[in-house]
Amino acid sequence: MSWISRFTGRTEDAPEIEELDPALKQALSEFKASVHAWSDAEMGRTRTVRATVVRRTWRLVAGWSLAAMLLAGTASGGIYEYHQRQLQAQAAAIREAEHQRQLAAQKALEDAQQEEDMLASVDTDVSRETPSAMDPLVQLSEDDSGTQ
Amino acid sequence: MARAEESTAPEFSHVVASHRPQIFRFLLASTRDVDLAETLTQECFLKAHRHWASFRGESTTMTWLMRIAINLQKDHWRNRRVQFWRQTSTNSVDLDEASEWLPSGESSQEQTLLARERVGQVWKAVEGLSERQRTVFLLRFVEEMELSEIARTTGLSEGTIKAHLSRALARVRTELGGRR
Repeated sequence: MSWISRFTGRTEDAPEIEELDPALKQALSEFKASVHAWSDAEMGRTRTVRATVVRRTWRLVAGWSLAAMLLAGTASGGIYEYHQRQLQAQAAAIREAEHQRQLAAQKALEDAQQEEDMLASVDTDVSRETPSAMDPLVQLSEDDSGTQ
Repeated sequence: MARAEESTAPEFSHVVASHRPQIFRFLLASTRDVDLAETLTQECFLKAHRHWASFRGESTTMTWLMRIAINLQKDHWRNRRVQFWRQTSTNSVDLDEASEWLPSGESSQEQTLLARERVGQVWKAVEGLSERQRTVFLLRFVEEMELSEIARTTGLSEGTIKAHLSRALARVRTELGGRR
């Protein structure tokens, strides 16, 4: 829409065919004749509908095949990826279980060692600090012999 | 029901015979694709046949058929929004090939070449039009329909049609070298 029509709100008037300038009129007339000639030729041609159908069918088949291949590729890729992840998860779980088992064994060993050390230390302390059961009697007898 | 169909069959085949060339020509000019124009023409008459009994004759048969053809064409392009498929599956002939067609006259070789060039320029202008402008332009300058008839066919007002035609002609003028 031109600026005049935008401000006036009037629509642009298309001139009648007869009112067109000769050059434009000639070009439009040739264009019309060309389209008519082309259309008549195509209509008159004994077109094999089968050829069209085959071409279209071929294109359709190619399109669907490509789409199916892409879909299958995507799906199989996804399945493969899922399977790989499952395997990796299983391996990781096994590794983790093994690691836990080793840690538990080591801890048990350490605990056993610690307990043994503790008991040994207790034995040593007890043997050092507790007087011999006969020590007071020995001391008494020594005292008696001295006084006599 | 079957009897009614039988009685309308000869009438409808007459409609097909008389209007098929015009519908095909319009679709061919709109799409520049012979196969597509043929397919859409067949679909148009198939739809018309299905609804033939309900056609009340409020407009001419041609207007009714052309309206179906325009809607089919619109649906076709709307359904092929994905550019990739549109590009790979289009079968449109190029502008040079479309310009090859000229009625066999008695004009000289030079005149034929000039005419071909002008036709090519109009095709180029038509290619640059919007879908609606192209439809209106083709109905007016190829099918030579009256503005009121185009209005009934497209469902647009005459004012809108004039505006579309004016813009389309301006583009054709530009392509032809700015002559007025």
